[in-house]
Formats: sequence, C-alpha cells, structure tokens
Amino acid sequence: MIEFVDVDVRVPGPVGELTLLTGVSAKLTEQRIAVIGGNGGGKSTLARLTNGLIGASSGSVIVEGLNVAEEAPKVRRKVGFVFTNPLSQLVMPTAAEDIALSLRRTIKDKKARSARTSEILEEFGLGHRADTSVHALSGGQQQLLALAGVLACDPAIVVADEPTTLLDLRNSRAVAERLFSLEQQLVLVTHDLDLAGRCDRALVIESGRVIFDGAATEAVDFYRASVSP
Amino acid sequence: MRRSLPIGLHIPGDTVLHRLSPGPKLSALMVLSIAIVASPGPIVPVIAFVLAVIVARWVGISRRALIDTLRPLALVMAVAVSYQLWAQGWPKAVEVLATVLGLVVAASIVTATTAMDEMLDAIVRWLGPFRRFGVNPDVVALTFSLMLTSIPTVFTIFGETRDAAVARGMGRSPRATLSPAAVRVVAHAYSTGDALHARGITDPECD
Repeated sequence: MIEFVDVDVRVPGPVGELTLLTGVSAKLTEQRIAVIGGNGGGKSTLARLTNGLIGASSGSVIVEGLNVAEEAPKVRRKVGFVFTNPLSQLVMPTAAEDIALSLRRTIKDKKARSARTSEILEEFGLGHRADTSVHALSGGQQQLLALAGVLACDPAIVVADEPTTLLDLRNSRAVAERLFSLEQQLVLVTHDLDLAGRCDRALVIESGRVIFDGAATEAVDFYRASVSP
Repeated sequence: MRRSLPIGLHIPGDTVLHRLSPGPKLSALMVLSIAIVASPGPIVPVIAFVLAVIVARWVGISRRALIDTLRPLALVMAVAVSYQLWAQGWPKAVEVLATVLGLVVAASIVTATTAMDEMLDAIVRWLGPFRRFGVNPDVVALTFSLMLTSIPTVFTIFGETRDAAVARGMGRSPRATLSPAAVRVVAHAYSTGDALHARGITDPECD
C-alpha cells in the first residue's frame, strides 16, 4: 500500500522554484493503479517518490507502513522500479550477470545464485539469451530483462515508469502481459490508455496536480475528453 | 543497429582459463604487462601479441570480436605509431603497437573467460580486509563492472550522435558530435545512478 499525504515536490528552476507536484494526497490500495496525463505533468515524479528517487518537499509518502523520507533503504527493498529505458537499468555485461547482481544480496552461494538466475531467465523466455550482451538484446528483451532483474529482488510493489514507450507493438504487449500477470501491486505510469484502462484505478495528473482519481475506465474517458479539441 | 563492442563480455566455455579463478588470471595479466613493458625492443611484445591472439581464438573469441575490440584504438595507434616511426624508427613503432594491442587482447582474454559474477566475488573477497578502513567492497566491485559495461554504451552514444550530426549535414563538425555526446554520456551516468539507487544495490544492509 502506498499513501501520499499532501505531497509537494519543488525543485530549483532557472527562475525561482519549479513546482513538480502540489497537494497530492492518495491512498493506493488497489492491485493495479495507472498514472496517466500529459508530458511534464508530474507522473514520473509521482512514481519516483515511491522509492526515494526524489524526495517530497513537504508532506509524506508512506510505503507499506514505512516513511520513504526516513527509511528509504528499507522502502527500496519493497519497491521494484522499472525505468522507461532498460539500458540505463541493465548494469552488467550479460543477461545472466545482471540477474545475478540482483540476487547477490539474498543468495550468497554462487551455485544457488547461478541456478536461480537460470530459472528466472527461463521464466521470462530469456534462457537462450543468458550469455548475450545486454546491448545485443532486442528492446523487448531488454525491458523483460530489466523487469526480471527487479522481480529477482522480490519486491512487494512494482512501479513501472512508461515501460512500453520505447517498444514496438509485439514487445509492448509482451511486457504489458508480464506486468499484468504480477502478483505484486503494480503502479503503471503510461501513455498507453488501453493499458491504463485495464487497471483497477487511475490517477490523471496535469500541471503537478491530480485532476482525476477513480476507476480506470472513467479516468481514461476523462483524460480523453480533457485533451479533445 | 550498431554493433556493440565485446570488451568485458564473458564468453562461456570449458577451457583451462575458464575454469581458473580470477586471481591467477589477473596476476598473470599483471606479470605479462610488466614483462612486455620492461623488455627492450619489439621482439617480446610481438611474440606476446601473437600468443595473445592465439589464446584469444582458443578461448572462443571470434576473429570479428577481436577486430571490433581493437578497432577503436586505430586512430590513437596510427598517431602514436607515426610519431614513433618519425622520432625513433620502426623498431620502436612496432614495439609500441605490439605492446598496446597485446595488452588489450590479453585483458580481453581475462574478461572473456571470467564471468562478472566471479569477478565481483573475487574483488569483494580481496577487499574484505579493507572494510575496517571504511571501504565497501561491494561498491568497489560494482564500480569495476560498471566501468566495463559502460564502454560499449559510450561507443554507442558517440555513434548515434555522429549519425544524428550526419543526418543534419554536420557530420564533420566536432562541435555537433562531441558536445551532444558528452551531454548524453553524463545523462546516461545520471540515469544509471538512478537505476542503481532504485535497485537498492548500494544501500547498506538494513534487515
């Protein structure tokens, strides 16, 4: 469960302070929550608040009962974050080594770690690419690998910031299906309104404010109407 | 799609070098480096280079991968060898060329036969005693792996930026290539930092 309590995010701008989010309050308890809205509206900032990648200037963010500002390392164990560009997330030379990096903290034995790495890659259909350079994988495979690396840490919540934006239709669907099959709570920042519509709840964010919060299908209709000429 | 460089890429195999732990391999690389650099004349570097290429092929590094590994050095080596040729004659030029290429191929053999996970374990083990002085072996090991992983990324960014400059009719302008590429490399570093932060990899133990 994620709770935003009257959250403001302000950062230094070229002229004075720039407000990225203001007055955000929401308690996210549903299994799948979408965050939609225009570019620069504050969606990614909201996502980044959930594991301390960015801090609230005022108000508080509570994740699974932990205050992010005070217990960020513990929160990060509970929140897996999937970035838009998987290549900035894949930090080891090969697919298997990147998964192994995620497992290093929890599985100390090398053989056990190697075996679990193989299992995870197989689960994600990447078993045959285990020793392939992460740069040689397709965009879809890179994003699946990034997701696999996140899930290897066994998070309670997965936050995905536009995970399908850079992908073609086939890969986009593959990543989306994987995300929607997760047992974990999913917070999905997306421009894909079809995906957003499949969630249990959606927040529409514009100009740093939550302008709609409700059932996903209603939120998508509201957003479509708000951008219609 | 731009080909990525094989530097740092582990090539699975079952040779003696693959089975050897990272310690002896890195020690051998260090001894070889000192021997090549310390020996006068071109004979030892040339022999070392030829042997390194033979061993590289034996452990599974393809001819294409070797060329891809050495190609980025072409410009620098052309300048260095030309200078040595002019200043000190061909033996010195051959010595410099064989020394650099031999060491790069030898280093590639170590990375090709060593899984990064093993390398990380080894570095963490070696640096363990320095924990008492505030050194975090896991962070040092991760930094090492990031360095290797970033090399192809940086080359890719420079290639993409050059392509973009060419597409805008500014292919030969260093300003149109170097500045944007440098900015993109820094941006990539920031996003990698964010990703590491998000994965909690550098966080202290908190269970």
